[in-house]
Amino acid sequence: MGDTQRPAKKTVKSRPKPASTNEPQFVQLLSPEGRRVKHPDYDIDLSDEEYRGLYRDLVITRELDAQGTALQRQGQLGLWPSLLGQEAAQVGSGRALRPQDTVFPAYRELGVQWCRGIDLISSFALFRGVDLGGRDTVADRFNMYAIVIASQTLHAAGYAMGVAMDGAVGTEDGEAVIVYHGDGATSEGDFNEALVWAGVFNSPLVFFCQNNQYAISETNARQFRLPPYRRAEGFGVPGIFVDGNDVLATYAVTRGALDRARGGEGPSLVEAYTYRMQPHTTSDDATRYRDEAELDFWRAKDPVVRYRKWLAAEGLADESYFAAIDTEAGEQVRALRARVMALTDPEVSEMFDNVYAQMPAGIAAQRAEAVEFQASLAEPSTGAGSDVR
Amino acid sequence: MTTMSMIKGLNEGLRRVLEDQPKSLVMGEDVGRLGGVFRVTDGLQKDFGSDRIIDTPLAESGIIGTAIGLAMRGYRPICEIQFDGFVYPAFDQLVSQLAKIPNRSGGRIRLPVVVRIPYGGGIGAIEHHSESPEAYFAHTAGLKVVTCSNPADAYWMIQQAAAGDDPVIFFEPKRRYHGKGEVDTEKPGLDLHRARTVREGRTATLIAYGPTVDVAENAAKAAAEEGLDLEVVDLRSLSPIDWEPLFASVRKTGRAVVVHEAPGNVGIGAEVAARLTEECFYSLEAPVLRVTGYDVPYPASRLEDDYLPNLDRVLDAVDRSLEH
Repeated sequence: MGDTQRPAKKTVKSRPKPASTNEPQFVQLLSPEGRRVKHPDYDIDLSDEEYRGLYRDLVITRELDAQGTALQRQGQLGLWPSLLGQEAAQVGSGRALRPQDTVFPAYRELGVQWCRGIDLISSFALFRGVDLGGRDTVADRFNMYAIVIASQTLHAAGYAMGVAMDGAVGTEDGEAVIVYHGDGATSEGDFNEALVWAGVFNSPLVFFCQNNQYAISETNARQFRLPPYRRAEGFGVPGIFVDGNDVLATYAVTRGALDRARGGEGPSLVEAYTYRMQPHTTSDDATRYRDEAELDFWRAKDPVVRYRKWLAAEGLADESYFAAIDTEAGEQVRALRARVMALTDPEVSEMFDNVYAQMPAGIAAQRAEAVEFQASLAEPSTGAGSDVR
Repeated sequence: MTTMSMIKGLNEGLRRVLEDQPKSLVMGEDVGRLGGVFRVTDGLQKDFGSDRIIDTPLAESGIIGTAIGLAMRGYRPICEIQFDGFVYPAFDQLVSQLAKIPNRSGGRIRLPVVVRIPYGGGIGAIEHHSESPEAYFAHTAGLKVVTCSNPADAYWMIQQAAAGDDPVIFFEPKRRYHGKGEVDTEKPGLDLHRARTVREGRTATLIAYGPTVDVAENAAKAAAEEGLDLEVVDLRSLSPIDWEPLFASVRKTGRAVVVHEAPGNVGIGAEVAARLTEECFYSLEAPVLRVTGYDVPYPASRLEDDYLPNLDRVLDAVDRSLEH
């Protein structure tokens, strides 16, 4: 029953988690040392170009995310939730999606957004506070970030019901839906209700749990006794446990789960076991609840380093390729940074404009009042008694 | 003109929505095979199929959350929350998701979701089956909140709510469910968000909605026997409130009494009183008074006649208003 055991988080803080021999058996195709390993159920066969592309995605995602942290530190963003350490989980699953698939993200899915080819500026606009993160979610097939934990799992479950009702499943080119959430979300009622829904309606939905081991400061031990991939089974939803720092494994497992969903075989849950290398957000202080030894343990499992080792060993890429990717990542970062800095503050009227499809008279009156009041403040003062008429 | 109960009016109204709007759905607990615990959806699953009249798992947050996802996919869900007191598990999905997603999206996403909630007391029910939670939702920007008081409004308002692109919380006064009335199924009623003057008068204005419209009308009839000429206005829409008819009425009568079952504290009546004071200050002869449920949890059913606004309490308030 080795695969039922989850490494206990009861170890003394100064001691890192047990070595990998004690870890539950997850699907792994690439070891932390960068060696390709075989799995009885999952394999991957991509073109050389696609293999290199995954590296490009990993590096650019990491650099763009680091820029988010930098922009926050420089006062250009109000907040940034870093995905450092989770690149493989996001890129592997993001690239496993087919064009017709729909994504419901949480709020840390910059890497998935990158893989979908969606303009990333919306996420930066959201965290800069110039808007609430709105995009053309229909065209993008990528929904808005969801801040209330697990709320999006129900939206995805409903959307997936609609996909099935539209008859868009049951074939190889059917549609699938994927919802991203974390380990903390599994404690929320909405997550459990979404599993009930997806199960009883046999919806084409993949729950993609990035278990980064922390819900702000709380470890897995405070969220569940049975890991999410096993809990899913209790809902009649197959659960698959995957090494979340292995981009090949997350790709293979997610592709399998999505194809199962699009084929009409119903929902599944992928638990990607990974680690949040940064604090919860730029507002968090992770030194209060974890130590360097634990971080060192996970640095040794870095998703980008291991993939780079494998690419080099396989002769799929060399130093000049890696250098070119670094250069491109730098260009991406500079371009994005310039656009973020150029984002202007919204007009006061904008807070009123989109609340309703049909704006009630009372809101329209408040809008006019706010606009007029703001304009009155901008009038040059001519001293007491002056009146704007 | 046809005579029907409010339940029949809702049922027929839903039927027309389902016929006219191929993307409309009815979803909730027991709404399919059973036809709903109040039979509002009776027969709909038989006629429209189980793909459109969906018996859901017993999970209110799930009902609203998945309705949002269905709406994102292009469907137009009409959800039923079985009883007023069962809506709270869905509170986040209603106030933080349904209400805010359209705004968050910059107007790109519209969520045409109607949430029907049987509400109010007077049926001798066990706890959590007699509440009036409308103020929570009227307080939430992004939601529209309406309530019908008679079969004709039930028939038309449910269709109007389902026709719009904004989320609507649709409160149904369950103690009026079996009351019958004339319904003109040919001529559409008043717009969804308009208040209606139910009875004209000059002495004072009674402002009511949902289950208390009957109470106010009966009070006005009784008062008429004593020579008092009371006006009765049915708000119908609680968010937005149609203010002009209220202002016009109070400018005429100079006195207003608001009547609702929900507790008075921070309730709809408080907002009405504040706005009337702001807009009609120089017309008022007396403070705007409220006759409401007390600021306590809904009591055991043997006490509900003492808790709910009734004819005597309304007439007493009118007397107090006239003493000013």
